[in-house]
Amino acid sequence: MPEIRNYTLNFGPQHPAAHGVLRLVLEMDGEVIERADPHIGLLHRATEKLAESKPYNQSIPYMDRLDYVSMMCNEHGYVAAIEKLLGVEVPVRAQYIRTMFDEITRILNHLMWLGTHALDVGAMTVFLYAFREREDLMDCYEAVSGARMHAAYYRPGGVYRDLPEKMPQYQASQWVTGRDVASRNETRQGSLLDFIEDFVNRFPGLVDEYETLLTDNRIWKQRTVGIGVVSPERALQLGFTGPMLRGSGIAWDLRKKQSYAAYDKVDFDIPVGQNGDCYDRYLVRISELRESTRIIKQCIDWLRANPGPVMLDDHKIAAPSRDEMKDDMEGLIHHFKLFTEGYCPPEGEVYAAVEAPKGEFGCYIVSDGANKPYRLKIRAPGFSHLAAMDEMVNGHMLADVVAVIGTMDVVFGEIDR
Amino acid sequence: MSSGSQNGMQGRLDQLASTLEERFSDLSCQVERSCGEVTLVVPTDKLIEVANTLHDDDEFGFNELIDVCGVDYADYGSSEWQTDGAPNTGFGRGVAEQAGDELEQNRRFAAVYHLLSISNNTRLRLRVFVDTDQPIVASVVPVWAAANWFEREAFDLYGILFDGHPDLRRILTDYGFIGHPFRKDFPLIGQVEMRYDETQARVIYEPVSIDPRTLVPRVTREDNRYLNEDDTTQDAADA
Repeated sequence: MPEIRNYTLNFGPQHPAAHGVLRLVLEMDGEVIERADPHIGLLHRATEKLAESKPYNQSIPYMDRLDYVSMMCNEHGYVAAIEKLLGVEVPVRAQYIRTMFDEITRILNHLMWLGTHALDVGAMTVFLYAFREREDLMDCYEAVSGARMHAAYYRPGGVYRDLPEKMPQYQASQWVTGRDVASRNETRQGSLLDFIEDFVNRFPGLVDEYETLLTDNRIWKQRTVGIGVVSPERALQLGFTGPMLRGSGIAWDLRKKQSYAAYDKVDFDIPVGQNGDCYDRYLVRISELRESTRIIKQCIDWLRANPGPVMLDDHKIAAPSRDEMKDDMEGLIHHFKLFTEGYCPPEGEVYAAVEAPKGEFGCYIVSDGANKPYRLKIRAPGFSHLAAMDEMVNGHMLADVVAVIGTMDVVFGEIDR
Repeated sequence: MSSGSQNGMQGRLDQLASTLEERFSDLSCQVERSCGEVTLVVPTDKLIEVANTLHDDDEFGFNELIDVCGVDYADYGSSEWQTDGAPNTGFGRGVAEQAGDELEQNRRFAAVYHLLSISNNTRLRLRVFVDTDQPIVASVVPVWAAANWFEREAFDLYGILFDGHPDLRRILTDYGFIGHPFRKDFPLIGQVEMRYDETQARVIYEPVSIDPRTLVPRVTREDNRYLNEDDTTQDAADA
């Protein structure tokens, strides 16, 4: 009788469904997974070690490049830790701006997740729809910071600058002319807030559109219902956070439970799943899209009514304005010291966490009183989710591995760091 | 952040700190409070006992392990510029390679655990110092399954060994990597560089050819705003 042996299959690191550079070594019995061993680190850039050799503020752009589809939430986690260490309170307007941009980022992230997850499982159209809306949101990033993705907009003490009064507009070119340009610029006539308001008014209808493609779709349900089931007890044991935890029925959301920025001043709900499978996590994230639009609307109303400073008026931490720097001796000295040396927070250690779109994103900073962090540890949500890969796919078919990778919403920028 | 939720959180943490003090002081654990957070310093051999209590006891309910990381305290408190008295004497702006001071045998490496209690809505940090020559500490994977990859990472980057870990392999560095890159004596630019060698028709490793350099020196300033901080927090606690 011939010997029957398990089959070892190498999945990735260059595979479109691996969402980056995941290498999975799968041990299979026929088409059933016996063991999954994810190999990570192919995108390891030692962000934490690099941060140890730079003044605090120079590491903010690295944060954008961790989870490169939810940029501002990473910045938020990092600057929140620095602010906690310095013991400073951010101006209220900056807190609302941060809340609004955190939610814009959440929509950006969930759209990316929705598009790619559906694409992996076989639904092409959603991807195109989701990227159409991402374009508008990245224009918001661009209007406020000049960069479409890696914004470096949040700074310790507030945000880099106030919201602009004008939206950048499309110019006519060889390919786009006359009427097309006018229609593209139609929503860009007012301020950034007008543009965002127009978006959040349109967006719930667009979410309905995605849902008509997926929620009752027979193929989508066959691929996701009952796949990758995680019980609430196991979810806690495995260190799940964010939608992965809420999909298993635990109503835990840092925005509500350990509120930060202006989240305690806005009204929203925490969607929770029941069965802990891929389909429930899909429903949770779709509901989060709707909740995010609610939060953004409330922030727009508040920001319209309440002008004010967006940066702390403490030039030991936040740079003085350009005018001040040019006109005032004191301002020049502050500017020079901040940009050549940075600031020295007190000795101590802090951990600050925010509810990033993927789960709890936290920064642990050990300071010995110098102008650089002594140790920075980034707690990325995707890391513990991916660690549960073996448990989640065990006993499933090969094709379900792709659905599970999709539902985890992994991004290797943050997992490998 | 509203003061209401802040006060609630601080109240819970005060409660937690006093309970920890009560329950673990006879295991020679120390409770520290700073920046509104609670840290429990646990002796290396008591870790599993403490972890089990924190996980199982409803009073603590730390059923979620958020993070595990290593810390290397070798250069702690050293600065590359000596600026004391600089207004009178001036000081050299060059940065020289310096060896860290010798630390006590068991004060160089630490494993730091961040715990979260969903039921009580509190956070706690555990710190365990490990021996410098034989950095071994018990693995908490049996208590929190989430520790698995975090401990692999701490092993990979700092060389801390976790006794009883089911699968202690490197995780972030390359296959066949030598050394523990996040230790303070490991240079930022690394030790080897690789390139494709045409004559040998394979990728080869060579010692790095560039010198490390410091762009912004590490400097500690005596900041008057923080000098009396202990006194003020003491006052606030008294009030």
